[in-house]
Amino acid sequence: MNKSIIRLENIKRDFIVGEETVHALRGVSFSIDEGEFVSIMGSSGSGKTTMLNLLGCLDTPTEGDYFLDNVAVSTMNKNQRSTIRNKKIGFVFQSYNLLPKTTAEENVELPLMYNPSYTGKERREKAIKALNDVGLSDRLNHKSNQMSGGQMQRVAIARALVNDPVLILADEATGNLDTRTAYEIMVLFQELHKKGRTIVFVTHNPELAAFTSRNIVLRDGKVIKDAPNERIESAKKMLDALPKQED
Amino acid sequence: MNIGNLIKVSLRALNNNKMRAFLTMLGIIIGVASVITMLAIGQGSKKSIQSQISEMGSNMIMIQPGTGNMGGVRLSGESQQTLKLEDYYALRDKTNYISACSPTVNSSGQYIFGSNNYPCSISGVNSDYLDIRKLSIDEGTVFSKQQIEVAAKVCIVGQTVIKNLFTNGEDPLGKVIRFNKIPFTIIGTLNEKGFNSMGMDQDNIVLAPYTTIQKRILAITYIQGIYASATTEADTNKAIDEAETLLRANHKLKASDADDFNIRSQEEISKMLTSTTDILTILLACIASISLLVGGIGIMNIMYVSVTERTREIGLRMSIGAKGRDILSQFLIEAILISFTGGIIGVLFGLGASLLIQFAFSWPVSIQLYAVLLSFVVCTITGVFFGWYPAKKASQLDPIDALRYE
Ligand SMILES: Nc1ncnc2c1ncn2[C@@H]1O[C@H](COP(=O)(O)OP(=O)(O)OP(=O)(O)O)[C@@H](O)[C@H]1O
Ligand SMILES: [Mg+2]
Repeated sequence: MNKSIIRLENIKRDFIVGEETVHALRGVSFSIDEGEFVSIMGSSGSGKTTMLNLLGCLDTPTEGDYFLDNVAVSTMNKNQRSTIRNKKIGFVFQSYNLLPKTTAEENVELPLMYNPSYTGKERREKAIKALNDVGLSDRLNHKSNQMSGGQMQRVAIARALVNDPVLILADEATGNLDTRTAYEIMVLFQELHKKGRTIVFVTHNPELAAFTSRNIVLRDGKVIKDAPNERIESAKKMLDALPKQED
Repeated sequence: MNIGNLIKVSLRALNNNKMRAFLTMLGIIIGVASVITMLAIGQGSKKSIQSQISEMGSNMIMIQPGTGNMGGVRLSGESQQTLKLEDYYALRDKTNYISACSPTVNSSGQYIFGSNNYPCSISGVNSDYLDIRKLSIDEGTVFSKQQIEVAAKVCIVGQTVIKNLFTNGEDPLGKVIRFNKIPFTIIGTLNEKGFNSMGMDQDNIVLAPYTTIQKRILAITYIQGIYASATTEADTNKAIDEAETLLRANHKLKASDADDFNIRSQEEISKMLTSTTDILTILLACIASISLLVGGIGIMNIMYVSVTERTREIGLRMSIGAKGRDILSQFLIEAILISFTGGIIGVLFGLGASLLIQFAFSWPVSIQLYAVLLSFVVCTITGVFFGWYPAKKASQLDPIDALRYE
């Protein structure tokens, strides 16, 4: 029996906009075990980002309980949630969110800066290793504005990996990238999955969902499908099958 | 985040916006430099006034009719006639602590020599007056006792008057000038003395026997004032007491009556003048403080822009584990770095400007250590104070809102 990392119990999240209340999540329950690679799909506005923010302790539910590593997040205060984000969670955003005018290495070091137990030397070593893992060992001192979109997303992934999180959350991490680069990123995620990382991956693209081990589909703030993926495609093979770039 | 990392992060942020950081600093630099320079000028002129006054003779005593306070109410004509020649005789003859004493009566009018015409007052005094006021004869003589007795039409003139009346370089000695049509023979000229600390030309002066002014010009028997010298500076207060007792007795004042004259010493005047320069200093300091305040508001403005501009960065930092206080410290340290550096540069500029003013314009300048420390501390406090609010706002941002910020 695998250890469960995430357990959601009847999570609701309402937003109050002026006079109206928007029900972004209307009672979501599921749990995710250690080592799962979960994709979350659904049409625009179905609540995917809202849910990911809750999973990442960036937001708190209006109703319901969320247990991360068997700890109830709703009982934590702001600072405790900051610490959780710092130590247990790695976020990858659609828009990369790298610091401008800052080198790849410094961007990756950033989460460790907020963890007083690392020395400057350890930070650098870990950042270099993380960049190595995403295949950017030759771009350590490139600044964010000197890199391509795919490279920036790799830096962002390295930043999400650097603190050895128990959970990696990606919100449309390939949304801004071309097919080829998107596959390259998926190869990376599949490798991380193989190494035992738990990943939650939000996407619009069913092709990409085929690379994950479990598919959850949301509609109007509710889970309408939650099934393990019987046939996990290999992103590496798909990438190799792509026609070579003809420039 | 520890302090070393915070400083590193803040330095990087400033480095990414060098021009903006510099312009913000400029406000602080100008503020601090002007506080230091203004106070140096204020204190410098105070010191120079003090030294000029002691040059003028610090044991001088002035007696005027009336009950007026220093620089106070305008006195009525009646009360101005309370000093008589008897008062002067008494002070001259019956005191122990007064070494020299002269009555004064003044009149103003036009002097004419040849075709030259010059407006100036005439002061009726005796020969002691020159000692009391530290005036000295250049050529010629002082009026004699006999000339005072007969109210002789003789006078001693200062250099400014000579320049204006004797435009062809004639020797003024022995010449006759007319004051309001009355002819005066010049028997002496005064050495040049220059301007005093209040900007008055001390050479724009004509002295004549007081008897002449009383009888031939004003037709009065009272006097308008008495100048005296205490035997020594230390005895000034004793001399004042002595004069007061004597004058009260002379005027037959009862114990309950107020003085109908007032006595001032050079010391009091010096106090009055220095208090004036103190006010000037305060005024200058106020103006300078305003520029420091404006500098502080500049910091606040820049911090606001900086926070707004970097809202997404704040959101990102929070999403990877920054706590509110990490964000607060980061922006606060930025503000401190700006105001601290600006403060140091401002101090250097302030010292430089003070010295420049001293050497280039030969203005009296006295650099105040307290002004340097004060302006530096105030600038840092303003910086922190004005940087704190935007920083606090940044630290209270909701991570999701900050990330969504466009
Ligand atoms: N901060 C907010 N304030 C008000 N309403 C919000 C807020 N965040 C989300 N919503 C609403 O909640 C609903 C779900 O939004 P969410 O961003 O989770 O959708 P999504 O599934 O991520 O869509 P997309 O695929 O377009 O990114 C939407 O109707 C949205 O308008
Ligand atoms: Mg979304």
